[in-house]
Amino acid sequence: MIGLNHYLVLGSLLFLIGVVGIFLNRKNIITLLMAIELMLLAVNINFIAFSHFLGDLAGQVFVFFILTVAAAESAIGLAIIIVVFRNNQSINVDELNRLKG
Amino acid sequence: MQMIHIFSAAPFAPLLASIFVGLFGKYFGKGFSHTTTILGVGVAFIVACYTLYLTISGYTANLVLYEWLRSGSYTFEVGFMIDNLTALMMVVVTFVSLMVHIYTVGYMKDDPGYSRFFSYISLFTFAMLMLVMSNNFLQLFFGWEGVGLVSYLLIGFWYKKPTAIHANLKAFLVNRVGDIGLALGIALILFWFGSLDYDLIFNRAASLGGEHMMFGGTSVSIFSVICILLFIGAMGKSAQIPLHVWLPDSMEGPTPISALIHAATMVTAGIFMVARLSPLYELSDTALSFITIIGAITALSMGLMGIIQNDIKRVIAYSTLSQLGYMTVALGVSAYSVAIFHLMTHAFFKALLFLAAGSVIIGMHHDQDIRNMGNLKKYMPVTWITFLIGSVALIGTPFFSGFYSKEIIIEAAKFSSIYGSSVAYWMLLIGVFCTALYSSRLYFLVFHGQEKWRLSNTVKHGHGLNKSQYPHESQSLITTPLVLLAIPSVVIGFITIEPLLFGDFFNRAIVINHDLHQNLGEIQHHFSGAFAMGLHGFLTLPFALMILGLIVGWWMTSKATTKKTPNKFISSLKGILEQGYGFDRFYEHFLAKGIRQSGEYLWSRIDVNFIDRIMVNGTAHLVGRASKILKGLQSGYIYHYAFIMIIGLFLIMTFFIKL
Repeated sequence: MIGLNHYLVLGSLLFLIGVVGIFLNRKNIITLLMAIELMLLAVNINFIAFSHFLGDLAGQVFVFFILTVAAAESAIGLAIIIVVFRNNQSINVDELNRLKG
Repeated sequence: MQMIHIFSAAPFAPLLASIFVGLFGKYFGKGFSHTTTILGVGVAFIVACYTLYLTISGYTANLVLYEWLRSGSYTFEVGFMIDNLTALMMVVVTFVSLMVHIYTVGYMKDDPGYSRFFSYISLFTFAMLMLVMSNNFLQLFFGWEGVGLVSYLLIGFWYKKPTAIHANLKAFLVNRVGDIGLALGIALILFWFGSLDYDLIFNRAASLGGEHMMFGGTSVSIFSVICILLFIGAMGKSAQIPLHVWLPDSMEGPTPISALIHAATMVTAGIFMVARLSPLYELSDTALSFITIIGAITALSMGLMGIIQNDIKRVIAYSTLSQLGYMTVALGVSAYSVAIFHLMTHAFFKALLFLAAGSVIIGMHHDQDIRNMGNLKKYMPVTWITFLIGSVALIGTPFFSGFYSKEIIIEAAKFSSIYGSSVAYWMLLIGVFCTALYSSRLYFLVFHGQEKWRLSNTVKHGHGLNKSQYPHESQSLITTPLVLLAIPSVVIGFITIEPLLFGDFFNRAIVINHDLHQNLGEIQHHFSGAFAMGLHGFLTLPFALMILGLIVGWWMTSKATTKKTPNKFISSLKGILEQGYGFDRFYEHFLAKGIRQSGEYLWSRIDVNFIDRIMVNGTAHLVGRASKILKGLQSGYIYHYAFIMIIGLFLIMTFFIKL
């Protein structure tokens, strides 16, 4: 029987993978975006699991909103990446430090 | 038309003339400048004469022209107090001013600052009239500062001459020292009386007579404090020791203003003020003693200084200081009317002496050294006669104006019971000797003896006579005022002594506590007419001292040609006098140097080190250093930022979410 704990462990594992992805990734900015996406999904899994086990639909409604926002966010992120690429001819994270003070 | 409008014409006509000439004199030329200002002062003179006529026939008034400010229970007004004292001062001021205006037309005719000069002296007449006519302390202060300002402007009239600039700065600064006293005195009066109006204060003064205040840990009468503070203001303006140092240096200005401002009118403002405030001064014997002693010291020490001066104007300047000392003593021994009487006679003969000296200076082509003059009587007859009249009046020859005023001052000091008056009496007597000595030395050196300008080869920077030139008499524009001033110098004392001093002329204007100060009554008791007094004058001690002074002065000048080395005592005495008793040196080394050094300290330690280095630059450095450290955080790598965001999230969650 799959219980609440399994879902929570899955969520935290996914979240950790996202965090580590942000740290370890030195190559590609798209990977970075995907890692963030992964963290969001991990949170969504938590929401759904709790919603199901507590019998409260509000959590699932919340997930819909998050998904919508995440979709918009990744669309904007990808658009920015395209512009960055046009300007720099590269989306290598290590080279993108023009904000350095 | 109301009376107030007539009276206000006196100060405002010269003011208007001054403004017009100051603004437009340059464009309309010299004729416009002197006509306008002489017209303005002429109007003032006529109004002054009319005022004197009115007050002699018993008219007095306290009129308000304009309410300037109302603040809480205080009102500050512009107004005129018209009484005999005011009227007399108005006539003296406007008459001397008018003479000086006419004289200036001739004296300054080639000066590039012609209309500026006329604008200034008219402005001076305005300020001086505001001072003497005022009915409250604020307007007095306004006039006081006004005449001080014009004095400053006129001493530095030749602003390209460095000595003139130093002299006017010195006059201004020394006067500020006195003005602190005046301002504090006025502040105390406002505090105790709640008003600055003369009438109100005089009426309330007696009821406050017993009030005391704490001053330096001891309880003193408020009137002593107020009167001494006000007198410190008078010491600055009337150049009493130790604030006298500016007056000899003020001779750097053109000669007409030396006559008008630094002899006849402005320097007597302090004397006038004390006489005007006689109801207050009568309440404090301490202040009167203080005044007597200061005046006596000034009268004697400045008279001694006059003996060793070699600049014709400086001799007369020290003479002025000495005579101001006489007036001050008269104030101190409660003989206010005598002080005003001497002020008047002195205004005439000292203005005459200064203007005649100016004529000599023109005749000598701006050489002012009396050692280069001699036998000028042959070349400048009018100047000679008028100068002689002025000198004779100054030294107090019986029947001349100076005799009556000076004699009565000495008598008043003799009969006074004020502390210090007996010392003052003896100092004044020696002062008579000094006066005669420096006057005769000056007179004989300039007008008699060898024609030293023939042998002098001291033609310096374009001044002085060349070998082929002779001194010449000045034009009639210069000699006319001399003659007009010579007349009152001779007769004014004889005519006015009886009504001014022993009649009821000043009864309403000057208050004397006759129970305490009986000296004037005593003199009145002995007085039996001006003529009898003149005759008796030949038998008195001052007359003997005067003759002695004359003889010594004549002997000095005749001996001066033989050039004998003087003995040690005389030369060391002369050294002290040449240093001016070391006042200038003291001020320079202790006050000025001390202030400069403390300024230097404050500048280098406080300003440069603390404020600039630590406060201002220190703040900037701190921000710079802090940002240098924080700058490391802004690496520009997105993953660094993301990392920091996550750490921040963790921290927030750990702190704020309690399970």
